[in-house]
Amino acid sequence: MRDVRIAGVGMHPFGRFEGRTTTELGATAVAAALRDAGCGVGDVQAAFCGTAYGGVAAGHRVLGALAGTGMPIIDVEAGCASGGAALQLAAMSIESGRYDRVVAFGVEKMPRGVIRSSYFAPWQEAAGLTPAPAYFALRAQRLLRECGLAERHLAEVVVKNRAHGVANPDAMFRTAVSVEEVLASRPVCPPLRLWMLCSPNEGAAAVVLERGGAPGSIEVSAVALRSHQPGSVLGEDSPLAGIDDTDLPTPTTMAARDAYEEAALGPDELDVVECQDTDAARELATWAELGLCAPGDQPRHLADGTFRLGGALPVNPSGGLLSKGEPLGASALGQIVELVRQLRGDAGERQVPGASVGLAHVVGRGANACVTILRRSSPAGSARDRS
Amino acid sequence: MHAPPIEPSLLRVAPDGSVTLIGGFSPTSGLRHFPRATVCPYSGATDVVAVDLPRHGRLWLWTEVLSAPPGYSGPLPYAMGVVVLDGEPELRVISRLLGGPFTLGAPMELIGEEVPDHSGGRCTVWAFRVAHDTETAEGPSGA
Repeated sequence: MRDVRIAGVGMHPFGRFEGRTTTELGATAVAAALRDAGCGVGDVQAAFCGTAYGGVAAGHRVLGALAGTGMPIIDVEAGCASGGAALQLAAMSIESGRYDRVVAFGVEKMPRGVIRSSYFAPWQEAAGLTPAPAYFALRAQRLLRECGLAERHLAEVVVKNRAHGVANPDAMFRTAVSVEEVLASRPVCPPLRLWMLCSPNEGAAAVVLERGGAPGSIEVSAVALRSHQPGSVLGEDSPLAGIDDTDLPTPTTMAARDAYEEAALGPDELDVVECQDTDAARELATWAELGLCAPGDQPRHLADGTFRLGGALPVNPSGGLLSKGEPLGASALGQIVELVRQLRGDAGERQVPGASVGLAHVVGRGANACVTILRRSSPAGSARDRS
Repeated sequence: MHAPPIEPSLLRVAPDGSVTLIGGFSPTSGLRHFPRATVCPYSGATDVVAVDLPRHGRLWLWTEVLSAPPGYSGPLPYAMGVVVLDGEPELRVISRLLGGPFTLGAPMELIGEEVPDHSGGRCTVWAFRVAHDTETAEGPSGA
């Protein structure tokens, strides 16, 4: 991706906010991003809003609350990757030459409890074949078996992310937990326990994009989006059957491959990663799917602390969804906000020292995966050669 | 009298209560799928024919659902998992599970299970239970 930079970011914290509407959450995040970019809503030419549960014209309502309607306002739904899809469309609208400044944002107020999805027919609900945690659990059991992992390893991922989340004022859960506490939390769908699953919740995040690079700016190097290929019974599209999927790439693997190619870099050049941790096993699978480690090497990296703050490649320094919760439409852009803070050096106690290249990843029902790579350009007189 | 199938395109319920899963098979791709679709979901081939799927298989993955998901009013807790049906090439099916304890590779057999439907009545859904008879009805090439 060329000539697209992030001019500003803003967030409404993730959590539960009784009495606050989806529109209020979104307006808070968009206004913060505009302030950060040093511009007004009238300076933005188009808006792209990621949401799954926001309802008709959710984005329009947000811009209306900021007296910003008149521009094209496009709502984007791509399941857990909704915010990533909004970001991709926004970035492409600049890259294409159509616009010079746009805003991508995500808003959500999730229903409480297990997510109900219109994706399923009523008979599937009656049959009890729809609960997302059960599908996560089946994937987790397979991962444990195939990668030589134990329940304790799932708990260690939770411990890592919750420790990171302590320093994030935008997170829902800000207390550290122990392996023993995680393993004592109530079973939901074995092997997954309550604290191994993220909480669907509420929140908003926004990103202002502008044309052109500038020394020291945060450039959008790649935004890659992929959906599942048919074949895996455990695919995020929740099919009822599947075939041998040994050689079938996952949406995350495909999106990562596309993103690394577009950004012309590899996983060894990353400084910081925010990845989908809907459940603890999802993060462990993602490490391998993004090429951060070999399949089966997860226990060693847990032991070595490779992906902890202070390790070689911190993953989810924000605390991840396990700390922040998951407002579907906003979660991907929340990751972008975290990466921008990290690349600017503004992440406070959870700062990854010297971070200049970051990757964000989301995947989920709807079966879309999105991988975004951001890079801070050199600070003075050495902007990337764009010839 | 047994409750009707939860969805007629998915399974048949015989007068004795036994059930048969209805899948699709494409001679072009050589692959079976479930539920039956108009095109082979794995290859796009349009020569799909309906086939009765094997009643036996092996357990691959399982978990337990401890609280009712939205739209479900059947018994709790219940087990669900993935059964690899007999025959080649492999077909893996999501199913409710009965019996247990469950172990990797356990022989499983298809049965019907009655649950409340979404309009207040009863319906029959497919399930697999642990088969204590280790002989399977279909051989390894019984697609």
